[in-house]
Amino acid sequence: MRQRYNFKYLFSEGFHSIFTHGFMSFAAVCMIVCCLLIMGSFSLVAVNAQHNFSDLEKDNQFSAYIDETLSQEEARALQDEIEAIPNVARAEFVTKEQAQADFEADYEGNPLFEDLPSTVYRDRFHVYLEDLSKLTETEAAVKQVAGVADTYSAPEIAEGFTVIRNIAGGVALILVAILLLVSLFIISNTIKLATFNRREEIAIMKMCGATNAFVRWPFVFEGMILGVTGALVGFFLQWGVYALVGRAVGGTDTIDLIKVLPFQPMALWVLLAFLITGLLIGVVGSMLAIRKFLQV
Amino acid sequence: MIRLIDIQKSYDNGTKALKGVNLRIDDGEFVFLVGPSGSGKSTILKLITAEIAPTAGRLMVNGYNLNNITPRQVPYMRRTLGVIFQDFRLIEKKTVKENLIFAMQVVGASSREIRKRVAYVLDLVGLLDKGDQRPDQLSGGEQQRVAIARALVNNPQMIIADEPTGNLDPMRSLEIMMLLERINELGTTVLVVTHERELVNRFSKRVVAIENGRIISDETGGYYNNETTI
Repeated sequence: MRQRYNFKYLFSEGFHSIFTHGFMSFAAVCMIVCCLLIMGSFSLVAVNAQHNFSDLEKDNQFSAYIDETLSQEEARALQDEIEAIPNVARAEFVTKEQAQADFEADYEGNPLFEDLPSTVYRDRFHVYLEDLSKLTETEAAVKQVAGVADTYSAPEIAEGFTVIRNIAGGVALILVAILLLVSLFIISNTIKLATFNRREEIAIMKMCGATNAFVRWPFVFEGMILGVTGALVGFFLQWGVYALVGRAVGGTDTIDLIKVLPFQPMALWVLLAFLITGLLIGVVGSMLAIRKFLQV
Repeated sequence: MIRLIDIQKSYDNGTKALKGVNLRIDDGEFVFLVGPSGSGKSTILKLITAEIAPTAGRLMVNGYNLNNITPRQVPYMRRTLGVIFQDFRLIEKKTVKENLIFAMQVVGASSREIRKRVAYVLDLVGLLDKGDQRPDQLSGGEQQRVAIARALVNNPQMIIADEPTGNLDPMRSLEIMMLLERINELGTTVLVVTHERELVNRFSKRVVAIENGRIISDETGGYYNNETTI
């Protein structure tokens, strides 16, 4: 009692159906392209933001001041112990002379900081972190190292970066979810219209003994073709838009504060994401659309 | 074979369409189901084709027990039936041949089977020379013959015709009925729903009359007498 499926026939039915309501198919592809473009753009902005925040995080560090009773050799010897602490990426030793020179260079011409005695400065380590959100615990652990007199950090900066990154990620995720639902709704309605046009044909098929799968496949193929077409068009448009925006940002950002990632290394992932999303939208949308018409 | 045992059907709006119908149609029979509008004829057809389920009673169609049939089994049960409608229900954009091919593709027939069977049924209904025409290029009688060919193409055990001559003139109606009679003589069970008294009375067949959801008479070789059968 097994149904034999002629997939060549089913595919050709789905393919031809696209052209029998050409304008609606065109509208559906346009909607998929728009949704994928918006979704892709937000995702790429999120990826770039993540990358830029990661770069900023890498610049962030705290200072560990060494006990004055320790010689510079003894102080340097603490480096391995500090770097062994979890979440410490690396520790960079700075002598008090170097610290003084850096400070004077930073505040050159400021009378408030002129002629500070050299005894004010201490040997120190600049401690760089792997995960900025664990600053407090890492700082406390470094403070426990014998020979470390004190530490200094600006946790509010670290927290600021973490909050911004989390918000950007969350907003992107919510927008992507909303746009996915919108795309699904649109493609589902487009195929529903196509199905409505063919409801008589479907009723005849069902009366002749067509299984639900047989009726469903041409519409699923139609959805898949529309989804993949939308994905491919969307991918190339996304590439163009990204290149244009990247060039514009590069042109205005003279201090190179924002780094725009090149598209090519991400292209395959973007294409895959677009194709999978397009296919899913097409298949799920058509399945939702045809459901009602199968109840004959 | 069809068996309806004490079948009742009530619709959601409270209408009691069938009130305990008992009917048995054996293989190879030719049966007219007659009755006025709203008597329950269409409900019986919808029950047989599993478009609706009975509220109570037992229903068997060609070896399938429709009381506990699964949705997956319904298409296979329908393949044992060929249904003909008053309004033909042909696909206008397809040619006569394509309409028949379509009905066979639906059940997964091979190209070889399709070629053989389509030619055979077109010959049977006398439309071998009209295979490449579209339905709108044919007369009403010819369109109904295409519908009969489509119903026959998958070699069903039974043909169910719902007012098959409702849209045709008396001459074409007679031709269609004679064609159905010939199909019956070839071994296919035929159930014709109609309210055309003259047509029913021209053929000496079993006539089942239904009124107000109840079978009021069931006579072999009977005839339809406007209100009831005798």
